[in-house]
Amino acid sequence: MRAAVVVFPGSNCDRDLAVAFRDAGCQVDMVWHKDTALPDNVDIVGIPGGFSFGDYLRCGAIAANSPICSEVKAHAERGGFVLGICNGFQILTETGLLPGALLRNAGLKYICRTVPLIVGTNDSVYTSGYTVGQEIGVPIAHHDGNYTASDEVAAQLAAEDRIAFRYADNPNGATADIAGILSENRRVLGMMPHPERAADEKHGGTDGKALFSGIASALAAA
Amino acid sequence: MKARVHVMLKDGVLDPQGEAVRHALGSLGFDGVEKVRQGKVIELDVADGTTEDTVREMCEKLLANTVIESYQIEMS
Repeated sequence: MRAAVVVFPGSNCDRDLAVAFRDAGCQVDMVWHKDTALPDNVDIVGIPGGFSFGDYLRCGAIAANSPICSEVKAHAERGGFVLGICNGFQILTETGLLPGALLRNAGLKYICRTVPLIVGTNDSVYTSGYTVGQEIGVPIAHHDGNYTASDEVAAQLAAEDRIAFRYADNPNGATADIAGILSENRRVLGMMPHPERAADEKHGGTDGKALFSGIASALAAA
Repeated sequence: MKARVHVMLKDGVLDPQGEAVRHALGSLGFDGVEKVRQGKVIELDVADGTTEDTVREMCEKLLANTVIESYQIEMS
């Protein structure tokens, strides 16, 4: 299985994400934002956390318009897998691959701690290693993680079983406690919490590991 | 010529920063401030002849996120 991790100026979780993919058995290539093509036969593209372009204008707005993002969009539109974490989630909403937007945390504070999440669905390669309703501990580290969508969009996400993760104790004001959502074809996942920071014993928690092993086993079987 | 773009959060979208500013004004003794909405102004020096439609396209593609923000354009 081949993964590509996109690196923007200001990304800071790119190497952690690459390690998590590698530990799950993926071959990983790093891709620079100015690149105009993804490596051949890439199965999944990882959009990492960080502060792409210094969060100027809006978090993820400038990254979403970088050359590689047209390729990421094309990859998703061909049915490819895309995982966006934290700033990566913000970028995916800015590209339009996922609905809604991420606003400033309701409490206005940057929050950096491990929070309990409830798995909303196991009907995706990302969540197949969990059970619905399972509580897992995954770190968050964001200032703009307050997921916002219209009532119609939020209802549609719930009706289509596309809420991958919810906060057990909403830290940022997110609509419907949403921490992560899937695209309509269930192949694009955006989430604010950092599973790649809970994927090794040395991280102090391994609840994020099943996400990467789920991707690897699903794609290896495909 | 200049184009000035005002970007605001749409009505109904919670603006926690505006709310914090409102609280701060209250604690400075400014009574009666019922609502504060914080937005941004983006000034563009553009080539003569640039149309408002072109600036609107800039807003739609980059300057505003129309999921949560509205914008107004002033050309001068």
